[in-house]
Amino acid sequence: MSQNPSPASSGETNPRNVVTADGIPAAASAEGTTAPGTTAPGTAAPEAAVRPSRRTGVDQRKRTLLRLNASMVIGAVLVILIFALALVSFLWTPYDPSAVDPVARLQSSSLEHPFGTDMFGRDTLTWVMYGARITLMVGIVAVGIALLIGTPIGVIAALFAQYPWGAWIGAVIMRANDILLAFPALLLAIIFAAVYQPGTGPAMVAVGIAAIPGFARVARSGTMQVLGSEYVRAARASNRRVPAIALFHVLPNIAGMVIVQASVAFAISILAEAGLSFLGLGTQAPVPSWGRMLQESQQFLSTHPGLALWPGLFIALAVLGFNLLGDGLRDRFDPKMEARGNG
Amino acid sequence: MITYVANRALQFALSLIVASVAVFALMSLLPGNAAQVALGTNATPEAVAALEAQYGLDQPPVLRYFDWMGGMLTGDFGTSYVTGAAITPVIVGSVQVTGILVIASIVLAILIAVPLGTFAALEQRNWIGVTISALSQIGIAVPNFLAAIILVMVFSLTLGWFPSQGWMAPVEGVGGFLVRLVLPVVSLALVQAAILTRYVRSAVLDVMREDYIRTARAKGLTRTKALFVHGLRNAAIPVVTVAGVQLATLLVGAVIIEQIFVIPGIGSELVRAVANRDLVAVQGIVMVLVLLVLVINLIVDVLYPIIDPRIRTAA
Amino acid sequence: MAENLLEVRDLTITPAGADGPVLKDVSLSLAPGERVGLIGESGSGKSLTAQSVMGLLPEELRATGTVSLAGFSGNVLEAKERTLARMRSDIVSMVFQEPMSALNPLMRIGDQIAEALRIHGSTDRRAVPGRVLELLTSVHMPDPEGARYAYPHQMSGGQRQRVMLAIALANTPRLLICDEPTTALDVTVQKHMLDLIAERVAAVEAGLLFITHDLAVVAGVCDRVIVMNSGRIVETGSVHDIFTNPQHEYTRGLLASSDLEATDANGKLFTLKTALAYAGPLGEAGSPPEAGTNPDENVDADVEPTTASAGESGRVRTRAVDSPRAREPELTGQSAPLIEVTGVSKLYKARGLTLRRRSEVQALEDIGFRVSAGQRLGIVGESGSGKSTLLNILSGLDRPTTGHVRVGDVRVESASASALRSLRENLQIVFQDPFASLDPRMRVEDIVSEPLIARGMGRDERLSRVEEMLLAVDLDSAAMRRYPHQFSGGQRQRISIARALVTRPQILIADEPVSALDVSVRAQVLNLLTDLVDDYALTLLFVSHDLGVVQHLCSDIIVMKDGHIVESGTTEDIYANPREEYTQRLIAATPSLAGALASAG
Repeated sequence: MSQNPSPASSGETNPRNVVTADGIPAAASAEGTTAPGTTAPGTAAPEAAVRPSRRTGVDQRKRTLLRLNASMVIGAVLVILIFALALVSFLWTPYDPSAVDPVARLQSSSLEHPFGTDMFGRDTLTWVMYGARITLMVGIVAVGIALLIGTPIGVIAALFAQYPWGAWIGAVIMRANDILLAFPALLLAIIFAAVYQPGTGPAMVAVGIAAIPGFARVARSGTMQVLGSEYVRAARASNRRVPAIALFHVLPNIAGMVIVQASVAFAISILAEAGLSFLGLGTQAPVPSWGRMLQESQQFLSTHPGLALWPGLFIALAVLGFNLLGDGLRDRFDPKMEARGNG
Repeated sequence: MITYVANRALQFALSLIVASVAVFALMSLLPGNAAQVALGTNATPEAVAALEAQYGLDQPPVLRYFDWMGGMLTGDFGTSYVTGAAITPVIVGSVQVTGILVIASIVLAILIAVPLGTFAALEQRNWIGVTISALSQIGIAVPNFLAAIILVMVFSLTLGWFPSQGWMAPVEGVGGFLVRLVLPVVSLALVQAAILTRYVRSAVLDVMREDYIRTARAKGLTRTKALFVHGLRNAAIPVVTVAGVQLATLLVGAVIIEQIFVIPGIGSELVRAVANRDLVAVQGIVMVLVLLVLVINLIVDVLYPIIDPRIRTAA
Repeated sequence: MAENLLEVRDLTITPAGADGPVLKDVSLSLAPGERVGLIGESGSGKSLTAQSVMGLLPEELRATGTVSLAGFSGNVLEAKERTLARMRSDIVSMVFQEPMSALNPLMRIGDQIAEALRIHGSTDRRAVPGRVLELLTSVHMPDPEGARYAYPHQMSGGQRQRVMLAIALANTPRLLICDEPTTALDVTVQKHMLDLIAERVAAVEAGLLFITHDLAVVAGVCDRVIVMNSGRIVETGSVHDIFTNPQHEYTRGLLASSDLEATDANGKLFTLKTALAYAGPLGEAGSPPEAGTNPDENVDADVEPTTASAGESGRVRTRAVDSPRAREPELTGQSAPLIEVTGVSKLYKARGLTLRRRSEVQALEDIGFRVSAGQRLGIVGESGSGKSTLLNILSGLDRPTTGHVRVGDVRVESASASALRSLRENLQIVFQDPFASLDPRMRVEDIVSEPLIARGMGRDERLSRVEEMLLAVDLDSAAMRRYPHQFSGGQRQRISIARALVTRPQILIADEPVSALDVSVRAQVLNLLTDLVDDYALTLLFVSHDLGVVQHLCSDIIVMKDGHIVESGTTEDIYANPREEYTQRLIAATPSLAGALASAG
């Protein structure tokens, strides 16, 4: 998990604020979307002699029901695969995950054990299927926490920032958010493991809390953008109240960005959980988890490399799936993608 | 410019104070105080009380906080309740090890990612560009511990080129130090390079679409030359941001790699302290890590106005 | 003139993956030293043509045909980037539309100009700084010495465009291409820029290919005009011929709808559809009075389905009949004006949490005016004049720092929330950008009914009101279920107007409602607005940077500059005898067809 940049701290005139998401491909979507330098805030020198240029083709994006792209399709297939694995494990697995078979220890792939067996003779395929459950549960809970707390925080901070009397509230919220960023998910999870007992629960909550700033940022910048738009001015001139504007104008317009962020945060959660379990600070034995399988495989690296292969492969596939899905969704939703092209 | 830097420095100091309060509160005020945790759940109330008195844990939290902060400001992180040893030397030694590891990794990642990402952007429509993009996307999905395991399997267990674990300080022997450095650094750097490559590619693509690149071409520069003269410095702003964030996450993320390669870095110390239920040590190490993350952010903040004159004058 | 400077043959451009070409068989030529205008609306392909000549087409476009330049061997479309790079700036240079983004933000101005000189190596290395200074002086840059060390963000748009011109002419190319170089600039700045381009091009004896959507601009700068429409050249001719005797239907339509001084028999602006009756910019002097005396005759000839057919029979009126009626309340009702603004100032403070400097901006200073019921007031000003701030204060979206604003019986500056709500039911706004003022994720019916929701009106009643209103702006009820992106700019502006009028307000504020629209669409929207103002007996506040539009629409004018009212009075007075120097400059700078043609000779 360590390899995921999360957005770093800083203030109003900081180019970082423009980096859309804290996830891996945040700025790295297929065609590239963010260029903080070009929109660097605080740069608006008084431009007295320039009025808005004639725009010819803004927002001419075709919003077909499903505009598919390769990233999205591959990502969706992988994500569905992982979900299917987890769901099927509730109904059926080849073996009982705790069924120990000393005779069939450390086997490689065979018809009976397609993915082989571990040092206790337990079926690796069964464990991979059970592991998918934990992986997805951690992802859902962590992203749920981050989304449900982070998004309102961001929206509220942006709403307050409009008023002279509320600007400081918005600023304080975002500064607190920035300080939270100094605690990467792994660090927070280790702290939780130290204070409470190591386990799936604290790990999920820690990863979720660490992901809050990402959502808050995306929601805030999206809300600021919407609030600054002429259609919100029009709504105000039409006597809509702030809650109505937030509900009917802001939320639908930032939903896309938040969904993208959720997809990316899901990938980060998967990596975080695997890393924690690898350290022995996440999911505890005997619950099957990909990270711990990988950790246990370490002592057999020279003799049975296959043991590391399967959990490693599925961690990578799950992360790849959510990242690709996020990329594909970003191409559809990112407002900057549509403004291009002029005569 | 001076106002800007002063502003950032002030924010840094404020963040540090708030973060220290948060760490302290999390560690000291939550159920199961340090003495209880150190002695385990079976300890008698008398034993716990004795330990509390010994380390001043019966004092009010505010006093203890200032005590702790005051100690840290003079470079004293306190004494472990578990081992009874001073924590400061452990932190100083392990931070150096992790520092070497992390800085070597980010440098290697940048050296790989900047040329590769730029190339991928320039050859965007070629199979080369597409291949680089696809590879980096896959690279991002590989957790660094998986990369480490694969590297150990190939280069240590199979080929025997590098040791599979261990650490040697440079003063003990440069050759031994370097040979042990390779695998951990590469496993950290590969994944970071994959991430950074995508950012570089995306930043370069964005820059290539800018009007000033068109202006530069209209002046008589070729597309590639226009990118090198005008584009890269503009693309540097988002890339510096990401590299700073990566450095910060590497600092903590090195934990797992240090475990795999048995390196006495700060991550290893942190995991050991957690396993020993040594909350004083955990508290100190966490604070050092948070401090380092904030310092990295401050450095990145100061880099912006150096790169971009607009930020220089605006703030 | 044995050889043409530029020769384009059968240029066809197709985007990758598109069904058809966006540019079809375009052929044109340009003699050495000739100044040619390339005219067209958005999507006409005029910019693509220019980019082809520079070899700067985006990669995803495929171009066929030939582009040859004197002094360059071979076809530009097929040449290698390296060869093209040598040709650019040396043979042909370009000034782009967007002054804000065309210069590298991280490099000093002097270095950016020097670069153009160094690349081609024609200037001795030691002479470069002197030459840079010379170039900056030649484009009349204030403080050319200091400008060398400035960064682009420290300059205004007009100054940046001067720098662009200096760069473009650094190596004295034989051809200069200007792609809408003044579109993003204020009118007074535009005037200077146009004069400067003409002056510099003449000084270095270069040819000029001037691309614009604005006919009036081109007339002053060019000898010959090429008119483009949806990827094709429709007409070519001398400025005089094109303006006085256009052959193609589209050219005539474009000409007619750009001419805000000419109206048809019904007092309406000409549109593409009614352009047949248009007599040309010079002939217009005779036609309107003639039509005015006998207004009903031409009604049958008025075939204008999109604009007016729905309500046509119901509101056949002429301007001659309208005007007195619109003026009436102003004359009699001066004792109790509908809107009264006295001593309004607005001071903005920049906010910062910590050490940031608090700078203050005086957006408005001591503004005062009155508007009577039924009056049509134009508020004219360039960017930064404070007209948007004034609008926000009038509509209660912002409060003045000092001063009083009364709209109807509401004291806006101290109004309670509920008083402001009742004010807004009475006062509605049409916004500038038809692409930004409609929520992309809402259906048209929800957008238009939004002001009614706040009133607590039931859904069925709302929808029937929306349908009625959409018909009034000449959209059909099928539009209700659709989303904004399915409409063109002009249609979106109609939706925006429908939303503003659905509450039947007394006062309509139009904030630059046509400045983002193509010329031909502009006329239609303005006509619609005129009709609705009459039909609903609205008091109109029309904000614009464009004097021409205001002159057509408004009975009275306020001229604003830097937060002050410079001058106010009736439209006729202001035009006939502007008292203030700024007003005079503004009027002189506003491009008009007749004026441009007259000055062109």
